[in-house]
Amino acid sequence: MQQEELIGRGRREGNRLFKEWFLELDAAAGTEEPVAYTFVMGSMAEVLRALDFHVVFPEINSLQAAVKKQSLEYLNKAEDYGYSTDVCGYVKADVGTQLQGGHHPNGRIPRPSLVVASNMCNTYVKWVEIWQRLHGCQVAVFDLPGQRSMAWDAKPGDPAFETDRRYVLGQLEELIATGERITGRAFDIERLRTVLGHVNSMAADWEAVLRLNQSSPAPFNVLADGLTYMGMLSAYRGTAQGEHYMRELREEMEFRVAHRIGTVPEERFRLHGVGPACYPFFRRFLELFQEWGAVFVSSEYLAYAGGGLDRGIHYDLDRPLESLAEQLVLTAQRSMSSMFFSQDRLHQAVRDWNADGIVYHSVKSCRTVSTGMADSREYVTRVYDVPALFLESDLVDPRAWSEAQIKNRVDAYFEALAARKLATAAGRR
Amino acid sequence: MLVGGVDVGSTQTKAVIIDDRRQIRGRALIDTGGIITKAAESAFATAVADAGVAASDVAFVIGTGYGRYKVTFGHAQVTEISCHARGAQYFFPATHTVLDIGGQDTKAIRVGANGQVMDFSMNDKCAAGTGRFLGAAAYALDIPLGELGPLALGARNPVKITTTCTVFAESEIISWLARGKKTEDVLMGVHQAIAARSVSLIRRVGVEPEVTFTGGVTRNVAMVRLLQELLETDLNVSAEAHFMGAIGASLFALDRAMSGAAGAVEALSVETSLEQHRHAPGESCEACIAAGRPVLPARKVAAR
Repeated sequence: MQQEELIGRGRREGNRLFKEWFLELDAAAGTEEPVAYTFVMGSMAEVLRALDFHVVFPEINSLQAAVKKQSLEYLNKAEDYGYSTDVCGYVKADVGTQLQGGHHPNGRIPRPSLVVASNMCNTYVKWVEIWQRLHGCQVAVFDLPGQRSMAWDAKPGDPAFETDRRYVLGQLEELIATGERITGRAFDIERLRTVLGHVNSMAADWEAVLRLNQSSPAPFNVLADGLTYMGMLSAYRGTAQGEHYMRELREEMEFRVAHRIGTVPEERFRLHGVGPACYPFFRRFLELFQEWGAVFVSSEYLAYAGGGLDRGIHYDLDRPLESLAEQLVLTAQRSMSSMFFSQDRLHQAVRDWNADGIVYHSVKSCRTVSTGMADSREYVTRVYDVPALFLESDLVDPRAWSEAQIKNRVDAYFEALAARKLATAAGRR
Repeated sequence: MLVGGVDVGSTQTKAVIIDDRRQIRGRALIDTGGIITKAAESAFATAVADAGVAASDVAFVIGTGYGRYKVTFGHAQVTEISCHARGAQYFFPATHTVLDIGGQDTKAIRVGANGQVMDFSMNDKCAAGTGRFLGAAAYALDIPLGELGPLALGARNPVKITTTCTVFAESEIISWLARGKKTEDVLMGVHQAIAARSVSLIRRVGVEPEVTFTGGVTRNVAMVRLLQELLETDLNVSAEAHFMGAIGASLFALDRAMSGAAGAVEALSVETSLEQHRHAPGESCEACIAAGRPVLPARKVAAR
């Protein structure tokens, strides 16, 4: 294969498949076909796909609206309707979309027949209630047990874990029964097995792709191209297309690593990101770092917003439902305990990906993600001597972006990093 | 050899000319106003005149402050965070913590050896706890800025200013006055509010002596005294504190001028290889093709 075809294929194919996915949703908007809304964390996409639902991810819709500079219009619509400026920007961008009949820059978003949430984000639970009121749809909310313990006391095989697994399995069975009633179709366990097989393959390749980014230069920027890859993980989770895409992406990354092809002409700084980018100013946000030859090589965001596939989920296809329940418990544990004990995992990521520092981007309208970031930053700086930068804006609200202040912080951070590298090279550290 | 530093702040622009013995030869302080490039040029020209030299005698100029990219006659830019750290440690070599209260932001900086920035913390995207907060108080009370500190020191029962918003602070001040509180008590409340926020910022980076206070607010005696009380340590305050950003910039400029292309400032400069690889539309190079960077479409020439 020609180098020109291989380089950038993940981005090009991802964009093409995303367009296809939105076209499919647009086509479904004019039909009575079953549609399920769900979230990137704890999506239950495996069950929903096995039941032939069209799956809509409102978080992706809100993100896309922001990248296409439409989010402010939607936020204003939601605020005119009565939502406070403090409410999650993703929620309000979605409400704005719903209030205008599902019209979105990428096409029409179909109305839901079922909405599925979990407690992995506390906003999810209230968000589904909005859809229930707006559309009168069925609601399924999963209660996934978490652990506030860094050591994850309960592991598969432990009695406490088995109790959790059975608890989630019961909820999955309820979801299946609800889905059968809505679609009028019988649940096919073989279909689920096929979907889970695709996820296994996607997760294995995705984990490899992330590991390949430990190379220098890093073959991709997790906050730039990584966004497309992460979107594919959700939109095409458990599909043959998704499996094929991830295999090809892995090929591209292996080629890039073998030929030392990075994302900036000279990789001067490697960063670990915590939090998403500011999507209404996505290009500018990335440029502020690229101007300094910096690359985001790893990210917390890619883990939790990628549906947990980064840890190489592997379903046991001999007991698909039980295994699905088990993985949901593990993903939820990781996500929830991560919020309380992030510092050690961050420090490990910095070492594994050979990062020069950590950049925290706090989201003004999301306390769930942002709570504890300032403390975590202080901890890694003082205890682990990892240089860390703290920025704050929003993921979809352009009103929270203030370029002069943000650029000042970014530039000062790199000045300090550069001086630190010089001092290290000169043996003064 | 002469070099210069120009600190274009949100409120005021400062320029300094130093020689190769690090002696200040000229300085200037003007209001920034609406035309930033002009403010930078005027401040530099005034500093050059103050030094009694010609602009062409100045070998290297570094811009700093929010308007640093508008110092178009300069050679490089460095943030005021690095510059204040550098300047503070030049005047007080044992400095490990710097507090700079500027017009729109307050910075707490932890400084390592050689003036290196180890960590910093700044106020949120809001002017609460900055020099502008004092400016709002001065406006509301119709008192010149320079008289705020001495007046506040006369307070016996300071009020508690609870708002964190600079704009709302004005109405809170008026409301306290309407309730019969004395001007000095209200003023001390304003100072205490700013000092408390500044100390909170410093604690985020850690209070490691010696602490050097920089920026225009250093001229406010009440603020200096309050900060010392809250931090339980003496503060280094230089007579040049107001110019510290420009002085730090000029010290970086001197490094650059004396070491040619190499040295600390080289690494601090924002001129990256990305800049060097910026191609005209329709053009590329082997490195960019290999890296998969897209070629911008060639500009279409409109048919006449």
